[in-house]
Amino acid sequence: MELWDMKGHQLAEMIEKKEVSVSEVTRSVLDRIRSLEPLLNCYITVLEEESQTLARQIDKYIAQEGHPAPLTGLPMAVKDLICTRGVRTTCGSRILDNYLPVYDATVIQKLKDQRYLPVGKANMDEFAMGSSTENSYYGPTRNPWNTERVPGGSSGGSAAAVAAGEAIVALGSDTGGSIRQPASLCGVVGLKPTYGLVSRYGLVAFASSLDQIGPITRDVQDAAIFLNAIAGHDVMDSTSVKREIPDYTKALVDDVRGLKIGVPQELMVEGVEMKVRDSVNQAIELLVSLGAFCEETSLPYLEHSLSAYYIIAPAEASANLARYDGVKYGHRARGSRNIREMYKKTRSEGFGAEVKRRIMLGTYALSAGYYEAYYGQAQKVRTLIVNDFRQAFQKYDVLVSPTSPTVAFKIGEKVDNPLQMYLSDVCTIPVNLAGIPAISVPCGTSDGLPIGLQIIGRAFDEETILRVAYTFEQYFGFNQSPPLTNPGVQLTEDQKSQVQMSGEGRRR
Amino acid sequence: MDFEAVIGLETHIELSTVTKMFCGCSTVFGHPPNTQVCPVCLALPGSLPLINRKAVEYTIKVALALNCQIQSFCQFHRKNYFYPDLPKGYQISQYDLPLGRNGYLEINTEDGTRKVRIHRVHMEEDTGKLIHSGLTGRISEAQESAVDFNRCGVPLLEIVTEPDLRTPEEAKIFLSSLRNLLQYLEVSDCNMEEGSLRCDANISVRRGDMDELGTKTEVKNLNSFRFLSRALQYEIERQKKILAKGGVIRQETRHFDATTNRTTSLRSKEMAHDYRYFPEPDLVPLEISDQWVDEGRRSLPELPGAKRLRFMEGYGLPEYDAEALTSSRAMADFFEECAKRYHRPKIISNWLMGDFTSLLNATDTAVERSKVTPEHLTEMLKLIDEGVISGKIAKSVFEEMFNTGRMPREVVEEKGLTQIADEEELARLVAEVIAENEKATGDYREGKGSALGFLVGQVMKKTRGRANPELINRLLRERLGGS
Ligand SMILES: [Zn+2]
Repeated sequence: MELWDMKGHQLAEMIEKKEVSVSEVTRSVLDRIRSLEPLLNCYITVLEEESQTLARQIDKYIAQEGHPAPLTGLPMAVKDLICTRGVRTTCGSRILDNYLPVYDATVIQKLKDQRYLPVGKANMDEFAMGSSTENSYYGPTRNPWNTERVPGGSSGGSAAAVAAGEAIVALGSDTGGSIRQPASLCGVVGLKPTYGLVSRYGLVAFASSLDQIGPITRDVQDAAIFLNAIAGHDVMDSTSVKREIPDYTKALVDDVRGLKIGVPQELMVEGVEMKVRDSVNQAIELLVSLGAFCEETSLPYLEHSLSAYYIIAPAEASANLARYDGVKYGHRARGSRNIREMYKKTRSEGFGAEVKRRIMLGTYALSAGYYEAYYGQAQKVRTLIVNDFRQAFQKYDVLVSPTSPTVAFKIGEKVDNPLQMYLSDVCTIPVNLAGIPAISVPCGTSDGLPIGLQIIGRAFDEETILRVAYTFEQYFGFNQSPPLTNPGVQLTEDQKSQVQMSGEGRRR
Repeated sequence: MDFEAVIGLETHIELSTVTKMFCGCSTVFGHPPNTQVCPVCLALPGSLPLINRKAVEYTIKVALALNCQIQSFCQFHRKNYFYPDLPKGYQISQYDLPLGRNGYLEINTEDGTRKVRIHRVHMEEDTGKLIHSGLTGRISEAQESAVDFNRCGVPLLEIVTEPDLRTPEEAKIFLSSLRNLLQYLEVSDCNMEEGSLRCDANISVRRGDMDELGTKTEVKNLNSFRFLSRALQYEIERQKKILAKGGVIRQETRHFDATTNRTTSLRSKEMAHDYRYFPEPDLVPLEISDQWVDEGRRSLPELPGAKRLRFMEGYGLPEYDAEALTSSRAMADFFEECAKRYHRPKIISNWLMGDFTSLLNATDTAVERSKVTPEHLTEMLKLIDEGVISGKIAKSVFEEMFNTGRMPREVVEEKGLTQIADEEELARLVAEVIAENEKATGDYREGKGSALGFLVGQVMKKTRGRANPELINRLLRERLGGS
């Protein structure tokens, strides 16, 4: 087995036992990046030199000091909207094309404490707005399972990198499904923690009341290890919650006996593909056979989630993105005659179509005379959704659903139909509105494309969803890899011709 | 036709906290541009605001002192607009849940005490400062513009009155009472030159017999007491003229130009901003517990009104003196320090309202920065009582202390200002004066009592003021005989 194809915890064990060096692991992943990146485009910035230097330093540290932390030296992809000091952070946008943060996000600080090893900044939909990673100034990322398909989004670069062996683990962010949906489409594990569990300081904001950072990994154990590293109160984020953080790896027990599982019928919507529905049902049967109690349930307000989300998220985004005005940093249009023109040209040139669409949506929803009808109403719906979940969790320990109603769709298939695209997140969005945690684990394939099972838990009860996900993973045994990961695969001429990217941004 | 003006004020006060409203940057004034900034106040991507607890405490104090209801649940909102001095593209402010509302401030006008109702008191953050190159200093005509973000994020308090003021004079009294109150509370230095107290006004005019309000205009940039009354006067006259001619007032925002003393239209109601307020999702709602309010209440100092009454009752001062002394906390404190050391409050009051105040004004010095301390003044008063110096000499001693900060005894000795207490020497001078002023002595002897004052003055002149006038009086009368 190649090093790039191993789980994080397997590599960590080998590193600790000095069976392999961090430099070797890094080289293996960098080789993989070199050979696949022209096709997949998982990264906006690859830290080729820096990661090798860092790997050598870490090896030296391990040789001298001994004990590496669980994430020490594991090549990581960092979604490009998490601020990394001195390493450009573009958010997939032209407007931040050359933006160099002067500080590290709190999660990065925490990972640095573990001597993590970033190999690159992962591609994403511009400002995390999208479900396919097609809305990137740096061109789309391709799904390693089928390169004509999207990897999902917005953390598509992170998910594809982990699936393809271009990273061992990855950091993503999830506002309406941006970790779970690409994890589902790429056949990996994605965890969106409870709102407030992981600090948002240094996460470039899309929708502040919904955004949350989380891990994308190859298995549930890596997700738990990763969560241990990044969870916890941060004084710099007043929405982060003060509470005792458990050791999440302790929750990795393969036992679901007596656990009560609800299946919200509103998340088995008509748009859910047959094959997806079958796989999820089989997953439920498996859990029942392992001793869980399972029944259908109803959370009636969930069907309004999408409408509420597409008011609240754009409204917050319209304010969050106002700072990109060409005055202080980032892109500034040339040749403006006055300040208004500078704003207009800068933002017209700097933002892509989807970002502009959402800024306009949000601005409209907050406008005088419309506020109550849109934003006010959406907030009320949000409260009702929160109550729906609260009631459901009085009865059930977890809720399960498909992560995405479909498997990976074709590149270009939905770009001209925003509503179709928005439906990709219909199962994941309610979770963000309620601020609760959920994890996506692979539960099958359809025509060689992965399907994900979403397990939703109570606020701050990541332990239970990790336990269910872990148990399912142990018994289901999803161990298929994308065809690309077969050793010795050569790119076909067709695949090579796909290398021409449509993005205008300069990748590094 | 009789017109009445209706005025409401909106004041912005920079709180004197050590750090900014939502980050840890220093708020000290006058540092080189962009040296007091961080990711938060520069709105770098990914940064998040944190509420300054001290600023909330200050605001609670102000709201309490203005007799406001305190919201137990208050929230910050985003106020959205684009301007280069506003790095986030929105200002974190308060909207429908301000910290305090429905209060009042009592002011003393010529017609007696009046309550001016306070509509709301809320917290927000200041913006940065734009510097435009070019003759006009306006952004539209600038060759280049630079932004200094040092002030950006400094805690601001917004205090809005109801339209309860009727004249420019009243508005001025209100603003100065408010400033005095804030200085008492020690929450702001209220320095108008440095922009830590700023004022906008809403003005309308109505016929005396009408109940409903006329159309109002908002006048901005009233950043000194002088500007405030000049702008109000101009704007009231402008509106009256229009109405007298049967015209209509346009609802608009106007700018006061201090060089021309006029207000000019800035933007009409139709062009008014839609700020698209919505709750700030980066900050959890602020819960102000009863305990927190109680702490605020306990920490309130004695406020001007209470102090004025106490000065009248406790020190037996006339209302006029009490009012003048309590019109600034520093002056009131100065007075009380003196009163601890010297037993005649009215004498202290006379010196403070007289020589001290005029020297402070003439040299543009704040009480706190004066070189004269309560110790200086009371020591000097004791020298007068002991007969060491005369009241007249004391005036020049006081001025010397004011300029140099030296103690009165030192000044008196060095300048040889000690009163001539030697009766023999004085008697010789009295004899001289009598000899030199035959007419006056004649007048006095014929019964013109007023001539005595002239003669006393002549003796004082010879002593350069160093004699005790009572003693001269006695000597003169003895020498001239009679009454
Ligand atoms: Zn700052």
